Amino acid sequence: MIEVSDIHFTYPNGVEALKGVSLRIEDGEFVAIMGQNGAGKTTLVKHFNGLLKPSQGKVLVDKQDTTKTSVAKLARNVGFVFQNPDHQLFSETVEEEIAFALKNFGFKEDVIEKRITWALNLLGLAQYRKTSPFMLSGGERKRVALASILAWDPKILILDEPTIGQDYEQKEKLRQFILQMKTQKKTIVIVSHDVEFVAECNPRVLLMRDGVVIADGEAEKILTDPVTCEKASIVPPQIAQIFLNLPDLALPRNVIDVYEAQRILLGIAEKSRR
Amino acid sequence: MSVFSGLKFRKVYSPIHSLDPRIKFIYVCAIFAAAIIFWELIPLIALFLIQIPLVLLARVRREWQRSMRGAAFLATIIFLTNFAFSFIGANYKIVPSDLERAIALTLRFVVLVESFSVFFLTTSPDHLGLALEQTHVPYEFVFAFTTAVRFVPVLAEEAQTIMDAQKARGLELERGNFLKRIRNYIPILIPLIVSAIRRSLELAEAMESRAWGATKNRTNLYVLRMHKGDLILIALTILILAAAVYVRFNVRIPSMYDILTKAF
Repeated sequence: MIEVSDIHFTYPNGVEALKGVSLRIEDGEFVAIMGQNGAGKTTLVKHFNGLLKPSQGKVLVDKQDTTKTSVAKLARNVGFVFQNPDHQLFSETVEEEIAFALKNFGFKEDVIEKRITWALNLLGLAQYRKTSPFMLSGGERKRVALASILAWDPKILILDEPTIGQDYEQKEKLRQFILQMKTQKKTIVIVSHDVEFVAECNPRVLLMRDGVVIADGEAEKILTDPVTCEKASIVPPQIAQIFLNLPDLALPRNVIDVYEAQRILLGIAEKSRR
Repeated sequence: MSVFSGLKFRKVYSPIHSLDPRIKFIYVCAIFAAAIIFWELIPLIALFLIQIPLVLLARVRREWQRSMRGAAFLATIIFLTNFAFSFIGANYKIVPSDLERAIALTLRFVVLVESFSVFFLTTSPDHLGLALEQTHVPYEFVFAFTTAVRFVPVLAEEAQTIMDAQKARGLELERGNFLKRIRNYIPILIPLIVSAIRRSLELAEAMESRAWGATKNRTNLYVLRMHKGDLILIALTILILAAAVYVRFNVRIPSMYDILTKAF
């Protein structure tokens, strides 16, 4: 469980990135944090594993105060996948890359071996086990970065912009993967600008603007409110836009799912045919 | 990092910022020379104080203080080694003149850092490049130089991100003995170097697609010209240098200790 109470954060250069954020993320919850560039999304999630310490206020991760616990200790439970995989890849082989964190956390040799195999299979990277991560494509590097975090099976998973530079197929795999993690009762936090992706995942959505949370609730409610969305510099997903712009058909205003939309529209077509 | 932040340029409009960088550089060299020819405390104090009005006029007091703090560590080492050797040389006795000399040599270093700090704090990389170009340094070198200067803060930021990413994977930089600690930096240095190389290749492509080097004779939007302020700085530079040389050869410089003992 992550409990954030009224945190403020100011960078050394004087930029006040967080101006009083309070929230609570329960175990097993799936949350998407959205909002304009510079709204403080990444700054906020960096507080969840102690990379940043609040200048004011308190962050508790599983009842542990992040200001009193080292990043390494928090990281054991909180996996953080950075936006750009090139900021972390350094080993000669994919296998060693994944082993890095496991060694840091003091896993035993045979356990490390098993975990590597497990993580590689999970993300479809088994054939690259002995390949240099630098030889892989952008999408594959991103998956190696993800595998290197999943390998130690953290309870909480934070993904910063996971869909950037990924084609549709990879995004769909990622979505399936997140849903699978959800069934395993993992807490998942994603930071994203990708409205369509978030709409398909249908998580709890937090909208941020200028260092504060301006909306918090179900994706169906938040992403179909054009006024709130505009404040956070995002637009509702295309399905929601179509439904909002057809007032004559008396359509429900909280649809973000393509299949649900299809069903409703087919129902209307059926009725008009009769 | 604090030493570097003392040399980082921040855009401010002041009479010092608008001076010709070439003249400023000559001034820095003059201060450098003057600081080198003295080993007595009093002239070095004078050289230190002369520059404070420039700092205040340029409104970079905070940054300047930071660079002075950055230099404090090295200054302390210089003082301690000088003092320790003269202390041992004088048969383990504290001799006032030795103490004074150790302070003077430390102050010499501080004066050098001070003048370079004033120069870098008040000269934008663009201006510096322009100055090099107008002193007929080939443009390729000028460009490489200004780009390198400009990418220092970018790289510093990237290093921070990489450090965060590796810490999030359980890396503890401060753990282990000396050798282990050095090895702890490998996961940071490799991504940093790789991304710097990637970035430079991308920059090269971006530049070529914007016709870099298409014409032999480039023109500049801004051209450096000497103004009244530059002439004043030249005059000041000559004055300081002449005074320094004169004092060096013709005046017996009293020690601070003598003055103080006579006064009381």
